[in-house]
Amino acid sequence: MASIGKIIGVNGNLIRVKFESAVSQNEVAYAKLTQKNKDGKSEVIPLKSEVIRIRGDYAELQVFEDTTGLKTGDEVEFTGELLSVELGPGLLTQVFDGLQNPLPKLAEECGFFLQRGKYLKALPRDKKWAFTPVAKAGDVVVAGDTLGTVPEGVFTHRIMVPFRLLGKWTVESVSAAGEFTVETVVAKLKNAHGETQDVTMVQTWPVKMPIKAYEERLRPSKPLTMQQRIIDTFFPVMQGGTFCTPGPFGAGKTVLQQLMSRYADVDIVILAACGERAGEVVETLREFPELIDPRTGKSLMERTLIICNTSSMPVAAREASVYTGVTLAEYYRQMGLNVLLLADSTSRWAQALREMSGRLEEIPGEEAFPAYLESVIAAFYERGGVVRLKDGSTGSVTICGSVSPAGGNFEEPVTQATLKVVGAFLGLSRERSDQRRFPAIHPLDSWSKYEGIIDSKKVAEARHILANGVDVNNMMKVVGEEGTSIDDFVIYLKSEYLDAVYLQQDAYNEIDAACSAERQKYVFDKVYTILKTPMKFSEKDVARTFFLKLTQSTKDWNRVKFDSQEFKDLEQSIFASVKEVSANA
Amino acid sequence: MHNVAYHRIERIAGSVITLRAEGVANQELAQVTSSFGTSLARVIRIDGDMVDLQVFAGARGISTDSEVRFLGEPMKVPYSEALLGRVFNGAGKPRDNGPEVDGERITIGGPSVNPAKRIIPKTMVRTGIPMIDVFNTLVVSQKLPIFSIAGEPYNELLARIALQAEVDVIVLGGMGLKHDDYLYLKDFLEKNGALNRTVMFMHTASDPIVECLLVPDASLAVAEKFATEGKNVLVLLTDMTNFADAMKEIAITMEQIPSNRGYPGDLYSQLASRYEKAVDFEGSGSITILAVTTMPGDDVTHPVPDNTGYITEGQFYLRKGRIEPFGSLSRLKQQVNGKTRSDHRTIMNTMIQLYASYKETLEKQSMGFNMSNWDQKLLKYGQRFEKEMMDLSVNIPLEKALDLGWEILADCFAPEETGIPTKMINEYWPKKG
Ligand SMILES: Nc1ncnc2c1ncn2[C@@H]1O[C@H](COP(=O)(O)OP(=O)(O)O)[C@@H](O)[C@H]1O
Ligand SMILES: [Mg+2]
Repeated sequence: MASIGKIIGVNGNLIRVKFESAVSQNEVAYAKLTQKNKDGKSEVIPLKSEVIRIRGDYAELQVFEDTTGLKTGDEVEFTGELLSVELGPGLLTQVFDGLQNPLPKLAEECGFFLQRGKYLKALPRDKKWAFTPVAKAGDVVVAGDTLGTVPEGVFTHRIMVPFRLLGKWTVESVSAAGEFTVETVVAKLKNAHGETQDVTMVQTWPVKMPIKAYEERLRPSKPLTMQQRIIDTFFPVMQGGTFCTPGPFGAGKTVLQQLMSRYADVDIVILAACGERAGEVVETLREFPELIDPRTGKSLMERTLIICNTSSMPVAAREASVYTGVTLAEYYRQMGLNVLLLADSTSRWAQALREMSGRLEEIPGEEAFPAYLESVIAAFYERGGVVRLKDGSTGSVTICGSVSPAGGNFEEPVTQATLKVVGAFLGLSRERSDQRRFPAIHPLDSWSKYEGIIDSKKVAEARHILANGVDVNNMMKVVGEEGTSIDDFVIYLKSEYLDAVYLQQDAYNEIDAACSAERQKYVFDKVYTILKTPMKFSEKDVARTFFLKLTQSTKDWNRVKFDSQEFKDLEQSIFASVKEVSANA
Repeated sequence: MHNVAYHRIERIAGSVITLRAEGVANQELAQVTSSFGTSLARVIRIDGDMVDLQVFAGARGISTDSEVRFLGEPMKVPYSEALLGRVFNGAGKPRDNGPEVDGERITIGGPSVNPAKRIIPKTMVRTGIPMIDVFNTLVVSQKLPIFSIAGEPYNELLARIALQAEVDVIVLGGMGLKHDDYLYLKDFLEKNGALNRTVMFMHTASDPIVECLLVPDASLAVAEKFATEGKNVLVLLTDMTNFADAMKEIAITMEQIPSNRGYPGDLYSQLASRYEKAVDFEGSGSITILAVTTMPGDDVTHPVPDNTGYITEGQFYLRKGRIEPFGSLSRLKQQVNGKTRSDHRTIMNTMIQLYASYKETLEKQSMGFNMSNWDQKLLKYGQRFEKEMMDLSVNIPLEKALDLGWEILADCFAPEETGIPTKMINEYWPKKG
C-alpha cells in the first residue's frame, strides 16, 4: 500500500514529510497544495515530488514545482512508484519537459505560462498505430524481445516484452495485424509460475536505472561523423562513445550541439536542454520541422526528440531531465538504432544536485558540490555504449555533455569528473571564440581516444604543424618578426592556413556548415599536400600576401558545392598558385 | 483566514526574524509592526512550527514582542495603466508622494513561459551605435547585460538605448542605485519625454536590502502584464550585482552553505528565473531586458558576471567608455543580421578579425619590433576603427555604418588582404576615384 504523510517543513523546493507506512528512496509522491482559484474557491493541486532522503519517520522530498503556498500539515500522497517515463511509439518529434510532460499539449491547455501541478500523459492515447506481429503463440521470450512492430515515421518501432519482466515467459497470444492505440493489449504472456501478463504498446521504466535488456556491451568501433572537420578529422567520436564539450559562456557549446543535432550520422537525436536558455530550444523546435534530413528525405524533426527543462523551469526537474533523456535513448537503442544524446548543460544538472545537497545540509565537497558528484556523473556517462541485442543486431547510445565551468576554468569539479569518464574531450576556448575562430575547439588541448575517418598518422602531422606554428608565434612575440627565419615564418603561416581553412568552419554558410566525410577526406588530402609542399619566398611580406590569398581562395573553395565545376576550377587555381611558390618547381 | 496576531519573536538575525506559528504557507506575506513602524515580510522557510520571515524594511528596531500578522497571500503588486509615470519602491509602495495605485493585484515571480509558446526573435532594435547595430545587434525580446565597472557610463548607455528603442513601455528597476544616478535616469527620461511611458521600481543604496531583492520581480511582473496585453516592453535593470549581493547577504544570514565567494548555490537559477522573463509572445507583446552588471575588480570570472554570461543572450562590455568588440556578444544577432543588408555579416566578421590583428600588432609595437608593411596597414586601420566605429559618440544608422566599414577597409587594405569572399568584393568594394 502506498503511504501518506504530512508536511512538517518547507525550505525552497525541499519539503520534510512525516509518513505513516513504508516509503522508498526515489519514490514519487504528490504534495497536496490548497489554493484559491479565480472564483475564490479552494482547489487542491498535486505537486509532483521525489523522495531523496529518509530519516526515521520522516522523509525529505524534492518538489518538481514552485512550493509557494505549501503549509505544514498539508497532505502528501506517496505513489509507491519510482520516477519513471513512458516508453512506446509516438515519442519522436515530441517536446517534453524534464518529467516527460508534452509541452505543446500543455500550452494548448494552459496558454503562455506553465501551470504547476498540471501533468499530461507523454504518449497520445487516441492515436492508432499499424501493428504487425513478430512473435507467435508458444514462443518463449524474455524482457526486450520483440513481440511486434509498428512504423513510427521512418523507423520500425519494436513493441517489446516489458523490460521489468524477470525470467522466461511463454507467449499465449499475439494480436493479428491491425491498427491499435498504445493502451491496447497486443500480447498475453505467461511464466512458469502461472502468472500472466498483458502487454500493451506502452511500458514504463524508472529513469535512474539503465535499461539492460541486451546481450552484451561492445567496444565502440564505428565512427560517428558530425560533418564538422575539426571533430571528424582531429577529435573523432564513435557510435556508442561519450564525449564532452566544456567551455566558458559564449565559446560555442550550444551552437556546436545544434550543428551536431543536424548533421550527426545517427538514426535518432535526443536533445536534453537542461537548465539553459529556452530561446535556444525554440530555434530547434521551430526550424527542424522545416529542414530536410538528407538521410531520409523527411523533416529533421522526425528523428528528433526534445527534453526541454530550461533555466527558469523548476530546478529539481532539471536533474530528472538528463535521466529522462538517456532513458529514452536507451529505449531506441533496444530497437537496434544509433542514438545521439546531447545534454546542454550537464553543469546545470550538477548545480541542481548542489542546491538540493545544500538544503539537505550534507557535508559539501569542492565548491559546495556534493561528495557523490563524481560517481553520479560517471554513472550517467556509463549509460552510453554500443550493445549487441538478443536478436544479434546492434544499437548504440552516444552521449555528448556540454559543461559550463565557473569562470571558464576547467579545474572545477564538474569538468574534472567528466574528463575522467569520457572518451573524447573537445575543449572550447575563450581565446579562439574571441578571435571568431569557430568552432572554438582548442586544437592542441583537446583529445580523443577514438579513431576517425582520416589516417591518424597524417592527422598527427597536421597537429604537429599547428603546434610548431604556435611555437613560432610565441617566439615572434619575443624576438619579433625580424628575428624569425623565413622558414620558421612559413611554418607559422602554414599553421594559420590550416587553422583558417580546415579547423574553422562557418556554421552560418549554407555549404560550409556541413562537410561530409567524403569531402573531408578529399579536402584534407589536398590541404595536407599543400602543407607538405616546401615553399620558397623572397621575403616575409611576399609569403604573407601569398598565404592571405591562398586562405581566401581555399575558403571560397569551402563555400562551393563538392565536386561542382566551380569546386574543380577553384581547386585548379589553388594548386596553380601553390606550384608557383613550390621550392621543388 | 488565520487572522491571529503573534507577539513573540524567537530569533532576529540580519533582516530575518523567526517565530512559532501554525498554518503558515511558504512565501506568504506578513505584516510586522514595531514601535518604529510597519513593514511587510515574507515566509522563506518553515521548519515544524518555526517560521522564518524576511522583513522588507529590515529587522532594525524589531523587538521580541513586535506584532506579526499573516496576510494569507503571497507578494503582489498592483497593475494598471496608472503605473506609467510613477515611481515605487521594491515592495510596490509609491515613493513619489503620489497616491497608491488601484488595480488588479498581480503575483510577482510567477511561472515560466512555456517554451513551446515562444517564437524565434526576429526584430532588430536600432540603437544608432555601430558597435551594437553592426557587430552585436540587439534584438527584440533579448536579455542582455552591460558588463562594466564603477565609473563607466553604463547608466548613460542604458538610458540612450532606452530612448532610441521604439518601445511602448519602459520599466526601470533600480537596485542599490546611488541617489544621484536615480535622479539622472529620471531626469533624462523626463527631459526626453519618455517618463509618461515609464514605470520605475527604485531601490537606492540607503534603502532596506530586502526591497532590493523585490525590484526585479516587481518590475518583471508588471512588464509581463503589459506584454501579454500587446505592449512591447523594455525592462532596464541596474545594477544586478547589487541584487546578487542582496541574495548573498540573506543566504549568509540563513546560514546556507555558500558555493563560490559567499554566493548561494542557486545564484544561477535565481538570476535565470528573472532573465528568462524576456520573451516575444506569439500574437502579443514582448519583453526585452537590458541590465547592468558591474564586475567587482573588473573580473569577468567573478560569480555574478560569470553566471550572468551563462544566462543572458550575450553581453556588452563597456570599458574605457567604449563597447569592446572582444567579449561583447549578441547571441541573437544572426537571427536578424542576415536580413538587414547582404554585406552586414561580412563587414561584421572582417572588421573584427582585422581589429584582432591590429591588437597583435600593437603588442609587437610596444615590444619595440619593426613594423612591417602589413603592420603599418593594420595600425592605420585600427586607429580609424576605434575613432569612427567604436567611439560611443558615434551615432549613425546601420546602413551608414556598413558603408563606412567598406570605406575604411578600402582605405587601408587591398581587397584580397581582407579575406572577404570574392563575390562580396565584387559587389561592395568601393571603386577607386
Ligand atoms: N560554429 C560557429 N560559427 C559561427 N559562430 C559561432 C559558432 N559557434 C558559436 N558562434 C557564435 O558564438 C555565440 C555563442 O555561442 P553559444 O553556442 O551560444 O555559446 P555557449 O553555449 O558556449 O555559451 C553564438 O551566438 C554565435 O554568435
Ligand atoms: Mg550554451
